[in-house]
Amino acid sequence: MLLLKDVKKSFREPDGNPLPILDIREFRVAASEQVVLMGRSGCGKTTLLHCIAGISKPDSGMVEIDGLDITRLSEAGRDLFRADKLGYVFQTFNLLPGFSALENVLLGMSFAGKGVDTARAKDLLGRVGLGHRLTHRPAALSVGEQQRVAVARALANRPKLLLADEPTANVDTAHQQQIIDLVRNTCRDENVALLLVTHTPEVAEQFERVERLENFNQAG
Amino acid sequence: MNKWKIAWRSIQQRGLASTLTGFSMALGVMLVVAVLVLHGVITNSFMNNSSLGYNIVVGAKGGRLDLVLNTVYYLARPVENIPYSFYQELTEGKYKQYVGTAIPICLGDTYQDFRVVGTSPGFLEELGYGGNKYVFADGRNFKADEFFGAVLGATVARETGLKVGDTFQPSHSGGPEAVIHNEKFTVLGILAPTGTPNDRAVIINMEGFYLIPEHRTDIDLATAKQLAAEGKFEPVPLDKREVTAVLVLTASFAGAPPELMAPPLIKSINEGNVAQAVTPIREMATLFTTFVDPLRIILLVLTVMIVIVSGIGILVSIYNSMSERQHEIAVMRALGAGRQTVMLLVLMESILLSLAGGLAGWVVGHGLIALLSPWIAAQTGVSVGFFQFVGYELVIIPGLILLATLVGYLPALAAYRTDVAKALQATP
Repeated sequence: MLLLKDVKKSFREPDGNPLPILDIREFRVAASEQVVLMGRSGCGKTTLLHCIAGISKPDSGMVEIDGLDITRLSEAGRDLFRADKLGYVFQTFNLLPGFSALENVLLGMSFAGKGVDTARAKDLLGRVGLGHRLTHRPAALSVGEQQRVAVARALANRPKLLLADEPTANVDTAHQQQIIDLVRNTCRDENVALLLVTHTPEVAEQFERVERLENFNQAG
Repeated sequence: MNKWKIAWRSIQQRGLASTLTGFSMALGVMLVVAVLVLHGVITNSFMNNSSLGYNIVVGAKGGRLDLVLNTVYYLARPVENIPYSFYQELTEGKYKQYVGTAIPICLGDTYQDFRVVGTSPGFLEELGYGGNKYVFADGRNFKADEFFGAVLGATVARETGLKVGDTFQPSHSGGPEAVIHNEKFTVLGILAPTGTPNDRAVIINMEGFYLIPEHRTDIDLATAKQLAAEGKFEPVPLDKREVTAVLVLTASFAGAPPELMAPPLIKSINEGNVAQAVTPIREMATLFTTFVDPLRIILLVLTVMIVIVSGIGILVSIYNSMSERQHEIAVMRALGAGRQTVMLLVLMESILLSLAGGLAGWVVGHGLIALLSPWIAAQTGVSVGFFQFVGYELVIIPGLILLATLVGYLPALAAYRTDVAKALQATP
């Protein structure tokens, strides 16, 4: 499902010298597999997610998703691929404040080129327990509800892989488990592979596969 | 969710800033519409009305434009009179061969704020407007022997409340020194609206006009008042009469247009020392070319500059919002929106804002004209309404789209260049 091979990524330091962030010989996630990625702050977890999502392009190496090396795609091609095949749940939810819960989910569908499926968007919101709050704006939703909208939005286009960047970091402990269960169960129901970044050991220990970035990132 | 809706949501999200920016655009477009429509409609009306079934006005020597404004539009100070015999020269005398129709008019009286036009029944029967004959909304025209019969223009009837069968007394001249005549005229008919200065005219039988004691030149005032008090009204002898002007449609020979006969008639009359003949359409064209058109260009340049400044307002408003929207744009990009898509969304936002403001301005502009309509009619004699448009208005919508695209380009470029990875990590 996901294969990273010889992926290198570095940034420029203010003095002009390169600062290596990623140097990954190989990393795989199987179809429908659920993997937790841990690592200390600043070790490159978000950069890795950005490279997998095609938001950033590695300096070298291959990022193959569902049989396609996305590093060979143009930027526009990667945008379309991301809309089509990937879901992304952010740490800060990143719902657009001017749009209702339903519109935030529909927005995720608007850029995929598959057309907007309002029935599915409503169904997803219903499955995350927000069927009665479709027209509410993010400001009118609790933190937990906002993250649930974000999960529904990430799954709207039936992605092959869901990237979740610390989805429980801004959620209180009472709701943490709810979010994790929601993400895992929905991914399972939809046959979506999951790569979830977390700092929380209680979250990590629920997964069969837990990877520490430092263990396979030579740059770390 | 289509892109227009996404752009519209973005406008709604910044409600106050968007409203103010749209308002400034509305103001600009309102002024452009007002200038264009007012100028266009008034010009057209003046030019159309300068030919109300006649092509020459004959009146006392003096200001040519004054004569036209007085006799065609019922504006400006009254001009001097000419002898009735000159009218007879036109109908029966040496100018007869050139003349198809000649209608005498006598001006000088008013009723409330409206000009009284003393004339013959032929004024409403033989003349017309824009190729139409006058239509009566109520009643009928006065007959030659109904000395104190009158017909009201549509606006006069509406504003004075006079109905068929009512009577009224004209005043000699207007203003505070106005003397109200004792003679009562009876409303016999009310014209349907024509959009011409005649909507604001009180048309009376010139026989009655001559019989008003203050107008009589054949006998002294005391005798005239005595006769009037006794109800003895005999037509004033023709050789004692005067007319303010004669409206002339030149003769047409063998199917040739009547305009062909105008130059020799004008030349012949103007060579004499009694009267002058002018072509209303030419006088009005001269007035517009000399004074009105340059003024219109200045106004138009000013208002277009206001629209451009409003456009720059949109640029500033959207551009200023870009820094706070970097995160939002990055989220859209992360959801799969391409660079071109976010650029397009910002351009659409600019277009929507311009169009919404522009359309509001367009409606308000026409509303303003409709609101000012009574004042414009009082000042110019031209009736304008909400649904009067000029061809130039068709340029407004494409012009706004072009302006919005130009001013939206810079913020759209900023959206295009958003560094997604960096903006996503920034706190929203």
